[in-house]
Amino acid sequence: MAHASALTDLIDDHRARVDEQEMVQLIAPDGQVTEVGTKLGVSLELALELYRHMVLARRMDQEALALQRQGELSLWLMSWGQEAAQVGSVTALRPTDMVFPSYREHAAALCRGVAPADLMRQWKGAAHSGWDPAPARFHIYSLVLGTQTLHATGFAAGAAMEGTDEVVATYFGDGAASQGDVNEAFNWAATGSLPVLFFCQNNQWAISTPTEKQMSTPLHVRAAGFGLDAYHVDGNDVMAVHAVTSHAAQRIRDGGGPALIEAQTYRFGGHSSSDDPTRYRSEDELAAWTARDPLTRIESFLRENGVGADYFDALAAEADTFAVSVREACRDLESSPLEDLFDRVYADDHQPLVEEREAYLAHLSALGSEA
Amino acid sequence: MSTVTLGAAINAGLRKAMEDDSRVVVMGEDVGVLGGVFRVTDGLHKDFAEGRVVDTPLAESGIVGTAIGLALRGYRPVCEIQFDGFVYPAFDQIVSQLAKMRARSGGRLALPVVVRIPVGGGIGAVEHHSESNEAYFAHTAGLRVVSCSTPDDAFHMIQQAIASDDPVIFYEPKRRYWDKGELTDAPSRGLHEAAVLRPGSDCTVVAHGPTVKTALAAADAAALDGFSVGVVDLRSIAPLDLRTLRSAAAAAGRVVVVHEASTFAGIGAEIAAAVTEHCFYDLEAPVLRVGAYSLPYPPAAVEDAFLPDVDRVLAAIDRSLSF
Ligand SMILES: Cc1ncc(C[n+]2csc(CCOP(=O)(O)OP(=O)(O)O)c2C)c(N)n1
Ligand SMILES: [Mg+2]
Repeated sequence: MAHASALTDLIDDHRARVDEQEMVQLIAPDGQVTEVGTKLGVSLELALELYRHMVLARRMDQEALALQRQGELSLWLMSWGQEAAQVGSVTALRPTDMVFPSYREHAAALCRGVAPADLMRQWKGAAHSGWDPAPARFHIYSLVLGTQTLHATGFAAGAAMEGTDEVVATYFGDGAASQGDVNEAFNWAATGSLPVLFFCQNNQWAISTPTEKQMSTPLHVRAAGFGLDAYHVDGNDVMAVHAVTSHAAQRIRDGGGPALIEAQTYRFGGHSSSDDPTRYRSEDELAAWTARDPLTRIESFLRENGVGADYFDALAAEADTFAVSVREACRDLESSPLEDLFDRVYADDHQPLVEEREAYLAHLSALGSEA
Repeated sequence: MSTVTLGAAINAGLRKAMEDDSRVVVMGEDVGVLGGVFRVTDGLHKDFAEGRVVDTPLAESGIVGTAIGLALRGYRPVCEIQFDGFVYPAFDQIVSQLAKMRARSGGRLALPVVVRIPVGGGIGAVEHHSESNEAYFAHTAGLRVVSCSTPDDAFHMIQQAIASDDPVIFYEPKRRYWDKGELTDAPSRGLHEAAVLRPGSDCTVVAHGPTVKTALAAADAAALDGFSVGVVDLRSIAPLDLRTLRSAAAAAGRVVVVHEASTFAGIGAEIAAAVTEHCFYDLEAPVLRVGAYSLPYPPAAVEDAFLPDVDRVLAAIDRSLSF
């Protein structure tokens, strides 16, 4: 049956078009510039700047984990291992481009000027969220997975209506990519040709669930199916992430419509300070990824290119000073009393709430007078 | 008889239900190798055949929606929602699909699906991890909603829930997961019967799940002052065991309801109405409620001030006695 084989050819041809892309890499894990890197050029000046951000972010993460272990924070979700994906992407945006993060984007937040105290506030249990999103153009964390991707899409719809050349970026994980909201956001942004940059940090795990249980086709391939420009990048190569994000953001600004970047990276720590990753992942896997540590890679590159011990010593000293300030900031964090929350739920008071607040305060003073 | 934690009791109940009926499957985020974030499904993945304990993609609507499909084929799925605040992506599947399928199909289609939800606060968690959302589901016709408070109840109730031919929302009091108790061989009551844990002639406190322990402590404290305060563990939120509630209310003449959820449009309001409508002439005081203020669950640093504690229950008992 000739037409059946014609159909087979057609189907095969179609399948070929949705093949996986190779990841873009400019610097190899050993610090050597790749062929692509040589072609594009790797700026030493930019590498120095991004490396500094990554070193400080990692230090913050380590301090916060230590503070959790000492009981100063109730929980901490480490960004350890994902510094390149975050620093490379957020610094490739304009400072005025709005960002909708998930909950692990501490490195990106620091680059945007979010203060360490603000980053820790929520994890100390001192507030529902950490910071005012306006000055840093960095929205508060979203803990309900994937919800922020729709918020970014709506924010971008507003930007499009106003005719600005803003890009709205949103971060999410490989696990969150299974949520309906995220897939609705892809479709919504694509059909509206909205200026959204979806950035997935595929860190291979969603708590104990590996990526292969979340998706049977790579995310960048799925995104292409939705009609997004799709990119695949080595998320542990900060220069590659920066280059790809700059390119994607420029296309979006030029009216090219939304894009997705899938960055392959790895969560070196547990899911959170409460998680024990040895229950579900192998030492071999961790070792293989440790050899691709985003910081040692760029450090080797810098040393190879003549950056001397002075620079590294000065940076280490800066990180030490920073660490002290992180610890102090954490200890100084104060929570506001429960009664303040009554003022934060509605734009205006209403009678039942006023009565509840009075009842609460009366109960407090009754307790006080008993004591 | 053995002494186990509440979490381990649910684990044992799940194991028994899976052994007794090969159609029982467990599904949810991280329930397999990890055994769930609270380890409630620990070991089940290892001990049962492939496919009976499923690490699902990270999608709550998918978990409940596919459980419905499995149930339509004769399985009895037990879904785990990782935390109370993450059930909402599944809201449509629960409220419009799971709850209504029997009625929509003219009574032909049964959906024996259990949705397990670790519920409530008190563990110092971040936002969305401490909520009490039973009223949303109790408000929905077609759902059965239960709440366990002790290891023995947890052990039997999970099995009874799995055996139910209607969907059951099964609440697990997460701050009591580590409380220990003994397991009995046979259940002492049905899934939807309340338990009079302590009779009282001056006042009765009605509680469920995590606040049962609070109610008992308050009753102890009141006894020191010479008051006979009873405690009823509701166990079933929908349907309510009206017979037990009415007789306890009539016996004491005063009722205080305590739960972690907001008092506004909460289960306490329903109990107050149900008791008042039937026992008006037996009551010495209006039914009083102790629960959350109309606020989102607060940051952990101030959750102790927010959660109904012994002091607030005692204050309500005092007020009731002063009428
Ligand atoms: C709607 C929803 N369901 C479940 C959870 C619980 N939860 C928190 S993080 C997480 C895994 C997320 O994995 P991924 O999206 O890959 O992000 P990562 O933690 O790896 O950065 C889960 C299941 C949640 N926060 N929100
Ligand atoms: Mg992940």
